[in-house]
Amino acid sequence: MRNKYKNVPDSKGHFGQYGGRFVPETLMPALIELEKAYKKYTKDKDFLKELKTLQTEFIGRPTPLYFAKNLSEYLDGPKIYLKREDLCHTGAHKINNAIAQALLARRMGKTRIIAETGAGQHGVATATGAAHVGLDCEIFMGSEDIRRQSLNVFRMRLLGAKVIEVTTGSKTLKDAINEALRDWTTNVVNTHYVMGTVFGPHPYPLMVREFQSVIGIEARQQIMQLEKRLPDCLIACVGGGSNSIGLFYAFLKDNIRMIGVEAGGHGIKSGKHAARFAGGSLGIFQGCKSYLLQNRDGNVLGTHSVSAGLDYASVGPEHCYLRDLKKIEYTYATDKEALKAFDLLSKTEGIIPALESAHAVAEGIKLAPSMSKNSIIILNLSGRGDKDVQEVARIKGINL
Amino acid sequence: MSRISDTFNSLKKKGSKALIPYIMAGDPSLDATKQFVLDLESAGADIIELGVPFSDPLADGPTIQRAAERSLLHGTTLRKVLKLVKEIRTESDIALILMTYYNPVFKYGIDKFVAEAVKAGVNGVIIPDLIPDEAQDFIRLARNHKLDTIFLLAPTSTQARISKVVNAATGFIYYVSITGITGSRLSIGKHLKDNLNLLKSTTKKPIAVGFGISNPDEASAVSQLADGVIIGSAIVKLIAQGKGIKSFVKNLRKAI
Ligand SMILES: Cc1ncc(COP(=O)(O)O)c(C=O)c1O
Repeated sequence: MRNKYKNVPDSKGHFGQYGGRFVPETLMPALIELEKAYKKYTKDKDFLKELKTLQTEFIGRPTPLYFAKNLSEYLDGPKIYLKREDLCHTGAHKINNAIAQALLARRMGKTRIIAETGAGQHGVATATGAAHVGLDCEIFMGSEDIRRQSLNVFRMRLLGAKVIEVTTGSKTLKDAINEALRDWTTNVVNTHYVMGTVFGPHPYPLMVREFQSVIGIEARQQIMQLEKRLPDCLIACVGGGSNSIGLFYAFLKDNIRMIGVEAGGHGIKSGKHAARFAGGSLGIFQGCKSYLLQNRDGNVLGTHSVSAGLDYASVGPEHCYLRDLKKIEYTYATDKEALKAFDLLSKTEGIIPALESAHAVAEGIKLAPSMSKNSIIILNLSGRGDKDVQEVARIKGINL
Repeated sequence: MSRISDTFNSLKKKGSKALIPYIMAGDPSLDATKQFVLDLESAGADIIELGVPFSDPLADGPTIQRAAERSLLHGTTLRKVLKLVKEIRTESDIALILMTYYNPVFKYGIDKFVAEAVKAGVNGVIIPDLIPDEAQDFIRLARNHKLDTIFLLAPTSTQARISKVVNAATGFIYYVSITGITGSRLSIGKHLKDNLNLLKSTTKKPIAVGFGISNPDEASAVSQLADGVIIGSAIVKLIAQGKGIKSFVKNLRKAI
């Protein structure tokens, strides 16, 4: 019973009542093939060696665990450590997963990879993986996200990927996933779909978690070395949930407070947010059963967040499961709070965080006063803010 | 015997094949949909698929996506479509199938949905994102209420998947003609023939073929390989253009 979190998902991808496979039959053979390949190659010495080499020499792992002394002093609270995923090649944790899936795709004999992207970080990471491995690459991105993350669109094109604008629905991440799934359904024979987070049909939630769990494995060793003890609290933002589960997973066996931060947008009451736990209910969407922002007829609601990477109507199924087990708590930060945290971290530490990661920083700011000075927080800095500076300038009314 | 099985049986006796048109309920209005159903029946349809719109129809191409968007904009819901079926039943007893995605059904409550759908006069359901592996509860409820559960097979389907789907399907098996989404271009080649022959050697259940069939010639060719022909996007397109569908469907009828 103690290790309930360990035995999930089951063989069909269920985390308790969550997860599973809800996809058109056309995709089932590909999902089964992917699951087999994933199982085979994650036990394969050559694959693991190649991945390890890329992690160190290409991505730049291990990423530092940085003591944010100025921020900690400014908040007059606990010691805050930042896990510096922003220092990964391409600027966010997304590359940990994308490069591994690109390697897997090549071993499966696929010639083309596709992906959805919101903030553009996963798109850039996948385009990078494709360039490195030598695969054709197409990235689906909503037109609203293309506007607010234009820098990343250009980066993807530089990397040789084709960026396909998605103009249906809310023109954001969920619509990009619909289009990617339609493309995959059509081109499944030669194409691998690189899902960017712990979402979708089995085996994606499992596979992406495993490829991201390196974050927590490193952080655990690093904090033991630096502080000779485990932290009291972990904080990470939750879009689909990959950087958060990546950090949390290695600590699940420990009795540590873990907080996932969703996008509060303009606040829950406004209806303009992406806080699935605060405002959603159980549903089935884009391949799995999970919490979903939906109306009473089961149609998916539009979401809002200042951060494109958190602007999504559902959340990884394992998060629902761990929430039920009371292993992880979920809260949210509003746009305003995230923007304030964005400024504060930039000024106190000289680190410009991604707007997604700024949601985690905002929770750190809220929590600090209630914690003693000798307690320790590890905050996952999932990405850097370069991609966001244009949008933040726009919000501040500054013409660049 | 279900209404749908009866239809296939009596067609078989006549040496004929099932014509199965698809329309999106509520596009352009629920009243119009009712009239379309009656028109389809008089034009020679044997079974009618009524689409229930969902916000994120990931198995559909642009034509049906847009029809769903229009229908949702007019406020169509599963509840209202069930009411529509009840009304249709005062004038027609043609076999009716609802085609939708799993979330609207799940949100409605699968117990409640199955009971009310059957009460309204629905004969079968197609839910493209609900595979047999995840459908145990749904299948059990549907069996209890004698609602047919139609599952899909595709060119990518392996023998293991075929066995699973064949076991779970009642009414008929929906064979997706192409590796792709609705409204894609059809190719009637050796591949389709081989796949259907393989399927026929596995099951005695009726097989209907859909996705991409857009004109009488294609309908005719497919009807020689299967027990039923499903036509969706081509009809939905005519409706979107404000054109009548009766003569098109009559021509399909003649062709198969
Ligand atoms: C920097 C960054 N952090 C976080 C996220 C959210 O995704 P996840 O919850 O899967 O980590 C994204 C997604 O685009 C991102 O780019």
